[in-house]
Amino acid sequence: MSHFYTDVDHFALLPAIILALFGCAIFLFDSLLEARSRRWQLCLILPGLAITGWQLWKQGQVGTFTAFHGALTIDPFSLFFNWLFLLTAVLIALISYRYLEIEKEHQGEYYGLVLMAQSGAYFLATGTELITLFIGLETMSLSFYVLVGFLREKRRSNEAALKYLLLGAFSSGILAYGFSILYGIAGTTYLADIAVAIAARPAFDPLTVIAILTISTGVLFKISAAPFHMWAPDTYEGAPTAVTAFLAVGSKIASLALLLRLFLGPLASAREAWEPLMVLAAVASLTVGNLAAVTQTSAKRLLAYSSIAHAGYLLLGLIAGNATGLQGIAIYAGAYVFMTIGAFLVLIAVHGDDIDDLNGFARRHPAYAIPMVVFLLSLAGLPPTAGFLGKYYIFLALIESGRYALALVGAVYVAISLFYYFRLVRAMFLLPATLTVPALPTSLGLRLALGATGLITLGAGIYPEPFLQLAARSLLK
Amino acid sequence: MPWLSSLILLPLLGVLVLPFIPTSLVRWWANGILLAGLALAAPLWQHFDRAATGYQFVERLPWIPSLGAQYLLGLDGISLLLVLLTSLLGPLASLASWNAIEDRTKEFYAMLLLLQAGMLGLFLAQDLLLFFVFFEVVLVPMYFLIGIWGAERRLYAAIKFFLYTLAGSVVLLLGIIGLYWLGSQQLPRPTFELAELLKLRLPLDAQRWLFWAFFAGFAIKVPMVPFHTWLPDAHTEAPTAGSVLLAGVLLKMGTYGLIRFSLPLFPEAAREAAPILAVLSIVAILYGALISLVQADWKRLVAYSSVSHMGFCTLGLAALNANGLAGSVLQQINHGISTSLLFLLVGFAYERRHTRKIADYGGLAVVMPRFAFVFAVAVFSSAGLPLLNGFIGEFVILQGTFTANRTWAAFAVLGVVLGAAYLLWLYQRTMLGEIRHEANRGLADLSLREWATVLPLLGLALAIGIYPAPYFAVLERPVLELVGRLAR
Repeated sequence: MSHFYTDVDHFALLPAIILALFGCAIFLFDSLLEARSRRWQLCLILPGLAITGWQLWKQGQVGTFTAFHGALTIDPFSLFFNWLFLLTAVLIALISYRYLEIEKEHQGEYYGLVLMAQSGAYFLATGTELITLFIGLETMSLSFYVLVGFLREKRRSNEAALKYLLLGAFSSGILAYGFSILYGIAGTTYLADIAVAIAARPAFDPLTVIAILTISTGVLFKISAAPFHMWAPDTYEGAPTAVTAFLAVGSKIASLALLLRLFLGPLASAREAWEPLMVLAAVASLTVGNLAAVTQTSAKRLLAYSSIAHAGYLLLGLIAGNATGLQGIAIYAGAYVFMTIGAFLVLIAVHGDDIDDLNGFARRHPAYAIPMVVFLLSLAGLPPTAGFLGKYYIFLALIESGRYALALVGAVYVAISLFYYFRLVRAMFLLPATLTVPALPTSLGLRLALGATGLITLGAGIYPEPFLQLAARSLLK
Repeated sequence: MPWLSSLILLPLLGVLVLPFIPTSLVRWWANGILLAGLALAAPLWQHFDRAATGYQFVERLPWIPSLGAQYLLGLDGISLLLVLLTSLLGPLASLASWNAIEDRTKEFYAMLLLLQAGMLGLFLAQDLLLFFVFFEVVLVPMYFLIGIWGAERRLYAAIKFFLYTLAGSVVLLLGIIGLYWLGSQQLPRPTFELAELLKLRLPLDAQRWLFWAFFAGFAIKVPMVPFHTWLPDAHTEAPTAGSVLLAGVLLKMGTYGLIRFSLPLFPEAAREAAPILAVLSIVAILYGALISLVQADWKRLVAYSSVSHMGFCTLGLAALNANGLAGSVLQQINHGISTSLLFLLVGFAYERRHTRKIADYGGLAVVMPRFAFVFAVAVFSSAGLPLLNGFIGEFVILQGTFTANRTWAAFAVLGVVLGAAYLLWLYQRTMLGEIRHEANRGLADLSLREWATVLPLLGLALAIGIYPAPYFAVLERPVLELVGRLAR
């Protein structure tokens, strides 16, 4: 332990460094480039992500190890989430460049911020120390605050950013307060030592309960679970659609990683105390998300509420708490990445936020409308799509652990969710076009991303074995 | 040769190639594929070994090994009849749409082919998860068939159909998961294979829960009263091909599920539930018939008659004896034949007059004698006139019911009388008497294509009615096996 910065430390930190360096490089080059040639920034972000992927692959060859005296842990858990972040960032980069040109806000910072957010997310998946986790969370959140307000000329975008910033900062504060209590209990910020300290106390120890209350408030806010979901619909609607997709996927999955690290790590022994809270949050998320989505007129708001409902399903996996439940979370999260980005990228192609803008879309662009049906079926959780497997595992986990009522609640909301998802299908296929929005001249990147997300969403549903193998052991200790 | 897989893959192949077929040839292509499917399925009838127990032509591939789900297809007598019915109704429904569908033909035939693959897969799957996938897959093309090419209230009918069925099938999914979980504790490895799950010894309490969970999925599909309210809307608003396949095949998914899964897997719970099933069936028979009597809409009348006729099918199941079960399966086939005929003929009339109101017709026998003749056969077949198929099915079901419980049989017989009443009255109001509307005077009789659509069904109705023994011979083994399980 004499060395301050060993090779192992370096190896564990490298992906985050690469992401940050490429992010800074993009900021720098942006001031040098002509406005017209900004799409070449894509040539910087994609190699950056590729090198990160190479490093992640190398980490995967080594197996589990810790760095910085246990502040970072490279294990299947961190690798699984980091790969998801990487895929998310690649897809977001692909769908963004044309979108930004159309919105006349093609600034290089955008890509830099995407990389910075991912760099922060890296610490959420990898960190096993409170300060590291908190700084990772704030790095990511700060990038998102800026990204949400990226359309400077649009008031909705600014409003969304302000709402997100104020509420987000507030929730971060509460989370930090919870962290401070954990430190107070254990006298250390390392999760492994905190786990020992908490296990030594009774589950309903007042200090532990206060820590659980504050931490779950902060984390549930970040994954946009009810009752801390208020920011999500407004922010999702106001943000640029590509950012909405990134927010709905990247931010939620990264915060999910944080939640799992904390509740399966140091707080695992206090399950009795937090489980009722999580049940409450899960059922509330399912109810609020699914019921509020039914009456929306904006497709983006509809997907925002649906993402609240998805947070509920992910929490159900945590509540079940068994091996199947964790596999379920992994599979659900994996499916969620592709089906959600897919659905949002079709909205980008439609170039309209309202459900009415989709009217008659299938006749004009069947190549986009048909994959959209797949994404929506997957979001609802119908076979043969990836979303079905996620729900299948979650329900199986609930039944295995004897929580039949929760399984029934989750299942009933599948039927309700189909109703609003199919409002989009109805608009695309069954209704005649009401207005002629010139469809966005789509880009190669958008088409690539559409093909990839569509194939994976459907392919993982028809032949899921390889995907299940990938996800099977990633979240198990 | 993977015979059963090719039955499913052929229509799927048809869909994949469809985008590259010129629009003018799409009809030929789709009809050709469906006819080829029929030609492929028909020899199963010869090669099927009637003396063998268990499943035949079994195909087994690992599908999701980490769950224990397999791609497992197989055929017994019950599946055989339903597969043949589906293979026949597919091309007929497609042929009936030749002129009726002018808008978005490519999408239409793509949906028909997709539907065909899903329906065949459902009757062939011997793995519960695979079955469930097909159970859900069928919903999407039918949603589009109703929603795009349906009548005025198509949007409402399409989503209502989808949501109702889905609400039941999510509960069915929980049941399947529960059964899988119980199985994983008793069996050496977790599996969805039906033959393996049949070996389970389930406590009565678990059987009850699972039985009702499965029941929720299947009863909505049949549909049994009080879950039937999606049916009249969906059947009435769907285009002719959709109505034919809905009534002819999709409803059978419910009764097939009950006889294939619910009864053999949970025999004790089934014995307990039989009286409830019987009462619901009798209510369906009588209620469906009474509602049919007062319908002013020709197609809606036929739709409600399905509620009544499917009541007979579920009543046969509730009898839990050989006659009841065999009669129920045969009656499912019969209902597929006669109700499809009725829907086809309503469709033909609608194409000529663009109205479904019974009052707008009358005296059609004068201008369309051949149409009136075919309609008469369809009506008699549906009403259960001896020498036609409907009589055999209803008779055997009533025989089985009588053995099980005389009161049930007494009430059900009332349904036969009412059935004759509303069908014959319908015939009288549409076909007989004077021509009351000038528009009806110049109507053309059945065309060659229309004859081709109805003739196979007419032939079958007569064949089953006169000599039903071959069909019972096919059913004997699986039904006796099931009765053995239920008596245990």
